[in-house]
Amino acid sequence: MAAEKLNPVRNLEGYVGFANVPNQVYRKAVKHGFEFSLMVVGESGLGKSTLLNSLFLTDVYSAEYPGPSLRSKKTVQIQQTRVLLREGGVHLLLTVIDTPGFGDAINNADCWKPVVEFVESRFEEHLNAESRVNRRPLRDTRVHCCLYFLAPTGHGLKAIDIEFMKQLHERVNIIPLVAKADTMTVEECRQFKKQVLKDIQENEIHIYDFPEVDNEEDSKQTKKARASMPLAVMGSNVLVDSNGRKVRARVYPWGLAEVENSEHCDFSVLRDLLLRCHLQDLKDVTNTVHYENFRAQCLAGLAGPADGTRPRSSLGRSPLEQMESERHEQEGRLQRMEAEMDAVFAAKVQEKMQKLRSSEADLVKRQESMMNTLEVQRRDLEQRRRQFEEERQSLEAHILQLEQQANTGLRTLERNKKKNKIF
Amino acid sequence: MSDTVPDSRPRPVLSAKSGTDTFGYVGIDAVLEQMRRKAMKQGFEFNIMVVGQSGLGKSTLINTLFKAQVSRKSCNPNNEEKIPKTVEIKSVSHVIEEKGVKMKLSVIDTPGFGDQINNCNCWEPVLRHINHQYEAYLCEEVNINRKKCIPDSRVHCCVYFIPPTGHSLRILDIEFMKRLCKVVNIVPVIAKADTLTLEERATFKKKIKEDLVLNGIDIYPQKEFDEDADDKVVNDRIRDLLPFAVVGSDKDYQVNGRKTLGRKTNWGIVEVENVSHCEFSHLRELLIRTHTQDLKEVTSCIHYESYRVTRLTKGNPQAASVPTANGED
Repeated sequence: MAAEKLNPVRNLEGYVGFANVPNQVYRKAVKHGFEFSLMVVGESGLGKSTLLNSLFLTDVYSAEYPGPSLRSKKTVQIQQTRVLLREGGVHLLLTVIDTPGFGDAINNADCWKPVVEFVESRFEEHLNAESRVNRRPLRDTRVHCCLYFLAPTGHGLKAIDIEFMKQLHERVNIIPLVAKADTMTVEECRQFKKQVLKDIQENEIHIYDFPEVDNEEDSKQTKKARASMPLAVMGSNVLVDSNGRKVRARVYPWGLAEVENSEHCDFSVLRDLLLRCHLQDLKDVTNTVHYENFRAQCLAGLAGPADGTRPRSSLGRSPLEQMESERHEQEGRLQRMEAEMDAVFAAKVQEKMQKLRSSEADLVKRQESMMNTLEVQRRDLEQRRRQFEEERQSLEAHILQLEQQANTGLRTLERNKKKNKIF
Repeated sequence: MSDTVPDSRPRPVLSAKSGTDTFGYVGIDAVLEQMRRKAMKQGFEFNIMVVGQSGLGKSTLINTLFKAQVSRKSCNPNNEEKIPKTVEIKSVSHVIEEKGVKMKLSVIDTPGFGDQINNCNCWEPVLRHINHQYEAYLCEEVNINRKKCIPDSRVHCCVYFIPPTGHSLRILDIEFMKRLCKVVNIVPVIAKADTLTLEERATFKKKIKEDLVLNGIDIYPQKEFDEDADDKVVNDRIRDLLPFAVVGSDKDYQVNGRKTLGRKTNWGIVEVENVSHCEFSHLRELLIRTHTQDLKEVTSCIHYESYRVTRLTKGNPQAASVPTANGED
């Protein structure tokens, strides 16, 4: 196939109007609203709930609906909280997925399993919805970003951190954060970040990389952000007065640690990166990279959706072929099943016929015997009737005789009477 | 009854109800001076164990407490130390001196505690070590030819570092303290207390105290060993403040013209010895200035004795050969 020549950009002679298309897209998107799923993972007590409240400047977790750390859990659970935020006419349906109980037990082996299963189940849902014959416009419920909170030990990654990130870095965008950044001095923070980055590199963990942006000032910001990865954050639910302004800060006897002051912590950097610049990018990477990986693995039969019972080892076959062969197999199976069912059906029919016949024979026999009985009875009856008739006849004859006798007697009497007249 | 000749030997006090004042200077109180001199010559031993997850500032705190580089990390300047796969017990000993008083200080560290993914039974090595020290002391005591001064390697105090989550004690903390409060004096401290604001600190402490009572954990100073009313008052004050919220630092900064140990952040300097910032001074008072001898006594009279009783009545299946000629019952 000949390579397509890129046509040079042509200048237009007048105003056509397709420059308005981005606006249309924008308007439609605003009407439709956005969705974003954010997962927060970390041991309890690292300030996750507080950070979420600070990030979205709203009480995602409040006194009436307390954060999971205040409700102790024995095993790792997944909790979802949906919040609808509105700013400047734009709707954002934010789903916060929390993992209470992570890393809190004495034995934390496999504490990442529920998380992995949850992420994969979301992908599976999306895959099923996408592969349906009748599709409906789907809401994107996949996990777009995972904020992983590191405890500020000052030493580097812990074994549980490494294990968790290794399990999840191919499935979701991981952004590691250093929690409770006000624990460390500037020097300690720098040392810790260096150590964490080194550990991440050594273990070949792929964390989310903020992409380059086109315009000047965003690019400067992004560069600054990348230089200070992982971000050291802290949050606060409390507003205090400082220099006449109300700021979110933590009040200590020795000073005021402001959340939004970039010299105190990297919170504002996180917010800018996460919400202002790269929200869409996170969703795109989830869609194009992580989801596609999952889908490919799933359809190639390598990774069955969380049950692994697909016994096929069919590598190197295109999915369509795979589907065809599967369909053939399925048809064959169906036919076999049909034949089986037919056989079973015929056998059953035979049985029934047998039964019917035997019962018919039975019935005939009974009928015969009944008829015989009836015959006997009838003959009996006949005989009795004959007897009865005979008796009647004899009786009648007798009566006749008697009558005749009576008549003769009477005539004799009359004759005698007549004869007697003489006398 | 009383001699006017000053005698260095103490005279027995005949009336036990109220001390009779002597008519002149006898010299009974000189015994204190003698004890002091002897103690200074002999020196003290103090064994302190630090337990907690890595990264909670244990080594820094020990260095700050004794104002010297006594922790394990300072002795092995190997910064590339990896977290061990199982809990290890590492002990470092120093002899530090102040105003003529010598103290042989042993710091027993437990690297790897609570750092694994599976932390079941991470308290086993710690328990084993403590019992091993008691066993060693018992062997020495029970010997036919005893040394004049038995080297005391028993753990006098175990400082347990609680991570500053701000919520409550973790299961691991509760399990560990439950098992160890019966064998050793436990002093729990809230590590890296500069993470918590004052209100958070107060709620956290309250929750911890509730958890401790709920699980029947008896931390030092134990209520049942208060000897008299004075003790009770002092100890009650300490018990109110427990667990101490501490911050450690070995760097000096200038604050208000003075040089103090502290941590410098972009919003202020946390002074370690300032009582309104953290309770490090209280911890130091307790451990070093006021209750050192009491810690040793409780260890020796109570924990060691109970170990001895169980050991001598039930027997230890892991014991090395113990001499059977013991004159005590």
